[in-house]
Amino acid sequence: MDFTLKIWRQANAKAKGKFVTYEVKNISSDCSFLEMLDILNEQLIDKIEKPVCFDHDCREGICGMCSLYINGQPHGPDAQTTTCQLHMRKFKDGDTIVIEPWRSKAFPIIKDLVVDRSAFDKIIQAGGYISLNAGSAQDANAIPIRKELADKAMDAAACIGCGACVATCKNGSAMLFVAAKVSQFALLPQGKVEAKERVKAMVAKMDELGFGNCSNTGACEAECPKGISISNIARLNREYFCAKMS
Amino acid sequence: MTVLNSKIPQGPLQEKWKNFKASQKLVNPSNKRKLDVIVVGTGLAGASAASSLGEMGFNVKVFCYQDSPRRAHSIAAQGGINAAKNYQNDGDSIYRLYYDTIKGGDYRAREANVYRLAEVSNNIIDQCVAQGVPFAREYGGYLDNRSFGGAQVSRTFYARGQTGQQLLLGAYGSLSRQIKQGTVTLYSRCTMMDLVIIDGKARGIITRDLVTGEIQRHFAHAVVLATGGYGNVYYLSTNAMGSNSSAAWQAYKKGACFGNPAYVQIHPTCIPVHGDYQSKLTLMSESLRNDGRIWVPKKKEDSEKLQKGLIKASDIAEEDRDYYLERRYPAFGNLVPRDVASRAAKERCDAGFGVNGTGLAVFLDFKEAIGRLGQHKIEERYGNLFQMYEKIVDTNPYKQPMMIYPAIHYTMGGIWVDYELMTTIPGLFAIGEANFSDHGANRLGASALMQGLADGYFVLPYTIQNYLADEIRTPRLSTDMPEFVEAEKNVNDRINHLMGINGKHSVDHFHKELGKIMWEHVGMGRTEEGLKKGIELIKELRGEFWKDLRVAGDRNEFNPELEKADRVADFLELGELIAKDALQRKESCGGHFREEYQTPEGEALRDDKDYMYVSAWAFKGQDQEPELNKEPLVYESTEVKVRNYK
Ligand SMILES: Cc1cc2nc3c(=O)[nH]c(=O)nc-3n(C[C@H](O)[C@H](O)[C@H](O)COP(=O)(O)OP(=O)(O)OC[C@H]3O[C@@H](n4cnc5c(N)ncnc54)[C@H](O)[C@@H]3O)c2cc1C
Ligand code: SF4
Ligand code: FES
Repeated sequence: MDFTLKIWRQANAKAKGKFVTYEVKNISSDCSFLEMLDILNEQLIDKIEKPVCFDHDCREGICGMCSLYINGQPHGPDAQTTTCQLHMRKFKDGDTIVIEPWRSKAFPIIKDLVVDRSAFDKIIQAGGYISLNAGSAQDANAIPIRKELADKAMDAAACIGCGACVATCKNGSAMLFVAAKVSQFALLPQGKVEAKERVKAMVAKMDELGFGNCSNTGACEAECPKGISISNIARLNREYFCAKMS
Repeated sequence: MTVLNSKIPQGPLQEKWKNFKASQKLVNPSNKRKLDVIVVGTGLAGASAASSLGEMGFNVKVFCYQDSPRRAHSIAAQGGINAAKNYQNDGDSIYRLYYDTIKGGDYRAREANVYRLAEVSNNIIDQCVAQGVPFAREYGGYLDNRSFGGAQVSRTFYARGQTGQQLLLGAYGSLSRQIKQGTVTLYSRCTMMDLVIIDGKARGIITRDLVTGEIQRHFAHAVVLATGGYGNVYYLSTNAMGSNSSAAWQAYKKGACFGNPAYVQIHPTCIPVHGDYQSKLTLMSESLRNDGRIWVPKKKEDSEKLQKGLIKASDIAEEDRDYYLERRYPAFGNLVPRDVASRAAKERCDAGFGVNGTGLAVFLDFKEAIGRLGQHKIEERYGNLFQMYEKIVDTNPYKQPMMIYPAIHYTMGGIWVDYELMTTIPGLFAIGEANFSDHGANRLGASALMQGLADGYFVLPYTIQNYLADEIRTPRLSTDMPEFVEAEKNVNDRINHLMGINGKHSVDHFHKELGKIMWEHVGMGRTEEGLKKGIELIKELRGEFWKDLRVAGDRNEFNPELEKADRVADFLELGELIAKDALQRKESCGGHFREEYQTPEGEALRDDKDYMYVSAWAFKGQDQEPELNKEPLVYESTEVKVRNYK
């Protein structure tokens, strides 16, 4: 298969960026999207040009490192699929593909398609954990937990922290990410003790870091590669409201 | 010769860890604040160690090359984590977990370390549940378990197919808490380039900021390497693309011995290679072998037709299928350990019975299980894996059997450490997959996660104090000391050298070539002749690398090509050491299979009389032969038997 690629190139955070057009030819339909970019980069290196930088690591859909806006969609056209798990068979021979970095005030561009998502770490540092020291836990079966709750907590915990929800949101809101973490702990007895401080601190941090407000458009849920449900946002709102009231 | 003092405590096996803890030195709380510790790596091992040390009051600096600690390679582990809880009342115990692990490792691990691992395994589950890790539950609300290869009890705890992710997020939470409290400072997108040694002790590291290219010096009273495994020497593997051996290799060059490099685990159930552009192999969890049956055709003609795409699996009659694992190993069947299953697949494919275009694949078939349990049940058990398979291969595994082939997965070898997890360099520690310690020649499923967290939460926080207690009088040293200056200069010289070659070929070109040599000559079946040839080829390739490499971009910017070049330079040296280690070990054990040493039935043939040792290699200078040191393995409490899964 042959493709025309329009890729955002930006030398560093301060430089001005622009789209550059490249051609790649003879790509196997079994090739993954990132492998297609690898092939492009080999071509660029052969021509003594700078390869295109993009983030990736596991290439298995779990580390959350890969990103990319592909034809206007975070992680491309395939539902519930990260960019690294997207395959070229999802495109048509001869297609033009537009590739951009995540765009959000809270995720500044580092270079080309690479952005800085450390704001997510800062939100977790504000309280996205259960406070306990190693060695102080009681027996794991001491508190039975209903299977249904454990499963729901796991559904929320499956978030890979990729940032697609923020990138796709017209307000640049991090609500789905924060809601997933808050929900995981809100559902489990272990997380209840610090629930109020946690939700207040995480929401305050999110606002402080320049993420926008949630206006319930639902784009985040639609683009989330792990199918994190927007119902978590409702739970976050409830948790936040209760914490504020008490 | 290097002195290898394993520091195994006195007393009976069951008492050793207790005895150690009772007599070790401690650091008092006010002195902890005066001591700095560097942890390199934020996987399960590094994140758990850094957070625990922070909680205790030490000053910790933690480093990772990803943008966030949460993305470390540990996140990808699918299957589960073992512990000897005996919640299923099926006869599990600390001793049994210990015994399965040491047997699974082909009696090439240290008794005392493995026993300690089994002993602390239960604390790990307690810790993780208290952290809010959503492990699978039964309807009564208690924790659920499943089984993995090489064990006859159900001791594996899991969180869907995302166990590593959930455990890592737990440790990342603890780490984040310490970062907030200021006991831990995080350096992400930052890579360790060299180790600094002052008066014979590890005193710091040199790093490169991956965004700006800036080289930095960091002092600490002790340095902990938690940098993961070196499977990417083989280019194609199940490891994350950035996994590397560079930190371990720099430590080796500064005097840390490298233990058992030849012990590389090959996982039997991976999606096969399909093209030269391929960057990565994807694992299909071992748990699939609970229900999937592995087979190839009995008749070569059928295999040939499959390879040409003339027929499908479903066209082959039941009586013409060879369920070779069930045939050869009736007792364990499809659940034999990984090394046994991998070799059996290779044997069938080499004999011409492989089933895809390349002839390098076997079937993993769920037809019988779907018939027995219904598709719904299979979906519930393995749905996410089936989806992943379909996404990559574009065939529906509910309708056609999966095709699988072995791939490089995990490295049992690594930096040599003593019982305290200290390397042969005082003050330098290695934990998790980066060290060689607990798995012997083969790692059973669900035990790497256990080892990473055991080291980080429950072992290192004790053992490192034994060292640090003597360091309370050492002031914080200035990074202007000549040792720091020199190490930084070496790093700069190396980068300039790499950037300055200006040859014809990309980094990936060399990495792929190395991978081919390694897989062909140092892969699943090794021979004296092949290994010697492999060593020659690696040397040649290394020569070409330093003559003909082209690193695109500049050094003072975000430059993944430069990062890769630095790593591949190290892989090109480590690859040779793997081959050398494999050459000297004239026996077959676990992941190391020397074709000359096998039983008439094709099983691995160990030589306990001559090879019951850890090989610990010491660096003797660039282009010098490394020195082989041997740590004899003494089995006081375990009867050493032939490993038999028939
Ligand atoms: C697909 C897959 C599935 C698996 N499934 C299981 C399973 O079900 N059960 C099980 O027990 N095990 C499993 N394993 C094995 C297990 O995941 C690993 O062995 C384990 O997670 C390793 O943890 P670690 O902390 O030692 O290293 P890693 O998680 O690899 O972490 C290494 C860290 O070091 C950092 N680092 C490396 N080099 C440098 C450097 N030069 N400078 C700075 N930082 C550096 C990285 O940034 C990273 O933070 C699986 C492995 C894979 C690949
Ligand atoms: S909620 Fe979904 S889209 Fe947002 S960070 Fe998590 S996985 Fe990514
Ligand atoms: S590279 Fe890890 S999720 Fe895509």
